[in-house]
Amino acid sequence: MEHIIAVLVENKPRVLARVASLFARRGYNIESLAVGPTQDPSISRITLVVTGNEHVLEQITKQLYKLIEVIKVGDFANTPVVDRELALIKVRAPSNLRGEIAQTAEIFRARIVDVDEESLIVEVTGTPDKIDALEQLLRKYGIIEMTRTGRIALARGSQSL
Amino acid sequence: MRMKGAQVLVELLKKEGVECIFGYPGGAVLDIYDALFDTPEIRHILVRHEQGAAHAADGYARTTGKVGVCIATSGPGATNLVTGLATAYMDSIPIVALTGQVFTHLIGKDSFQEADTTGITMPITKHNFLVTNAEDLPHVIREAFYIASSGRPGPVLVDLPRDVQQKMIELVYPEKIKIPGYRPTYKGHAKQIKLAAEAIGEAKRPLLYVGGGVIASGASEVLFELATKADIPVVHTLMGKGAFPESHPLSLGMLGMHGTYWANKAVMRCDLLIAVGARFDDRVTGKLDTFAPHARIIHIDIDPAEIGKNVKPHIPIVGDARMVLAEIVKRLEPMTHPEWHEEIAQWKREYTPKYRESKKLLPHQVIERIYEKTKHLDTIVVTDVGQHQMWAAQKYPREKPRTWASSGGLGTMGYGLPASIGAQVGNPDKTVILISGDGSIFMKIQELVTAVNYCLPIKIFVMNNEFLGMVRQWQGCLYRGRYSCTRLVNPDIARVAQAFGAVGISVTTKDELDRAIDEALKTQDRPALVDCHIEEEENVLPFVPPGKSLDEMILE
Ligand SMILES: Cc1ncc(C[n+]2csc(CCOP(=O)(O)OP(=O)(O)O)c2C)c(N)n1
Ligand SMILES: [Mg+2]
Repeated sequence: MEHIIAVLVENKPRVLARVASLFARRGYNIESLAVGPTQDPSISRITLVVTGNEHVLEQITKQLYKLIEVIKVGDFANTPVVDRELALIKVRAPSNLRGEIAQTAEIFRARIVDVDEESLIVEVTGTPDKIDALEQLLRKYGIIEMTRTGRIALARGSQSL
Repeated sequence: MRMKGAQVLVELLKKEGVECIFGYPGGAVLDIYDALFDTPEIRHILVRHEQGAAHAADGYARTTGKVGVCIATSGPGATNLVTGLATAYMDSIPIVALTGQVFTHLIGKDSFQEADTTGITMPITKHNFLVTNAEDLPHVIREAFYIASSGRPGPVLVDLPRDVQQKMIELVYPEKIKIPGYRPTYKGHAKQIKLAAEAIGEAKRPLLYVGGGVIASGASEVLFELATKADIPVVHTLMGKGAFPESHPLSLGMLGMHGTYWANKAVMRCDLLIAVGARFDDRVTGKLDTFAPHARIIHIDIDPAEIGKNVKPHIPIVGDARMVLAEIVKRLEPMTHPEWHEEIAQWKREYTPKYRESKKLLPHQVIERIYEKTKHLDTIVVTDVGQHQMWAAQKYPREKPRTWASSGGLGTMGYGLPASIGAQVGNPDKTVILISGDGSIFMKIQELVTAVNYCLPIKIFVMNNEFLGMVRQWQGCLYRGRYSCTRLVNPDIARVAQAFGAVGISVTTKDELDRAIDEALKTQDRPALVDCHIEEEENVLPFVPPGKSLDEMILE
């Protein structure tokens, strides 16, 4: 099972290393990872996507709490969330195919954010499935390179972690 | 008042009640050593290897209940601490390790004697700090001691760059500690405590399974109250030795791989297992699926992550063992379990360990002799790792907490000698006995210099079987007797001790042993080492082979 976990940590050096080292030494799998500041400059938010059964998830949560600089761990197993990933995809785009690519991008509400003679950069946000789908469609034009962020998530509604 | 960071550090150590430090100097801690030069209130014990400093701080902590402190220089000094920190981490022992670091502007440049100490020690400390801003020093030191000694205790390392030690800063003692993500739970959940008390009330064959957490939380007295009031037999782990008096009829001794026959039988038969400050380690449980098959399980631990890690308890209670047990005791009526005791008595009748006849000294005889001749004294027993450790655990009973120090979780050979130095420094009026092996003693033999230098009258007994005995035993049982690289060719260990300036005696018979023990006990101005030549191929029994269930003990 795939789970999204959000971890609020003190914004201090090496905190990310502590979290990563914990996952490595306890043998937990990280599918994706994203780190960034929050509205409080002293606190950062790490969003992890992990796989494992309930038992593994419980251990991950408890082990994370043992890290002194971890303030709060939220597991979204039973919470409706908004979750997003961002991808930038640089695709080969000779002038005769640009229209077609732009149309494809349109369907995914993706934007073209850079253009030159031979290529385009498409920016897309969404769930991993959506990004996978767009990537699949763009493959036939030739993807020169691409990069994806880790997933981030917030619970729906007004409560917070 | 403004003073150098190193002086502020030393003042704060005094504030924390530090009376002694185990350490080894070097370039990156010169300022700290300079500050210590003017600080007679703190005794510095100069060891001969930084690993010894960490183990000594650990032995000091285990036997006094205070935080042990050690110091090492940057780079090689810090890396030498690693085994000691890992040992303390696995056994939840409170240590504060101070390490020097290169100047902050040199960090990351592969400077002379630079090592990424906080990176290296991250997975083997409860927490660590790299102080890059001298003004943070007071807070960090305060937090380090607080984190090491509160909740589930453990080692904390503070890495101190040279410029931080040298900078002039204000001496302040932070009264308040603010760590937003660290709030240990001490008080058990009332509903869970009620459930536990009910389960104890209903059980026909209850069993207490106690570990090092009982000692860490000072729960021995209330454990005694619980066991005697509710008439519950007690099994302990290697770490829990001393948590409950072994001479008491309710004590069934140690459980697990080399536990007593009746302790393991009781685990397999009980209908309620009350685990207190113990973590269901594989050396204790044997095959996990068949561990305590008929029992409901209550698990009391201060570390939530221990609960459900290996075994899923029916009644989990997160909290401090002493506080939780006190709450449970309050809710119990006195009761007795005569049928359960009769079953246990039956196991005791059906198996008495048989020892073969031998012209040579037998290991259990040696430990029994040492025990007979020292049981009237106020003793602390320290061990190394191997067969001798198990024989000591089986044959040298302990009545009180903090009278036993042995590397349980990491199983660190070489722990014994430096740990007994720490124990003796922390308990100058007690008789410190080290049971070591001919393999283990040479892992940290250089610390004999330290013991001689500081006139520490440690009684060292080397169980000399000319083997890495525990490994040989496994090779014998599990690798068809192919003794690959476990035969030891030793020097004359008694003469080695003499060369260090200690008393050294070699014994091969019971009479010689008796005389040597007397001689060792008489020696008060230096360590005495007794090299006991024992039967070479004796096995530790009972033996639950790895992966087997606790009732599949090899008994002979
Ligand atoms: C530092 C370290 N290295 C290796 C081991 C593996 N090991 C466990 S017991 C043992 C043999 C110990 O020999 P000795 O000290 O003579 O004790 P004995 O078993 O013979 O009583 C070894 C090598 C260990 N526990 N620690
Ligand atoms: Mg040996």
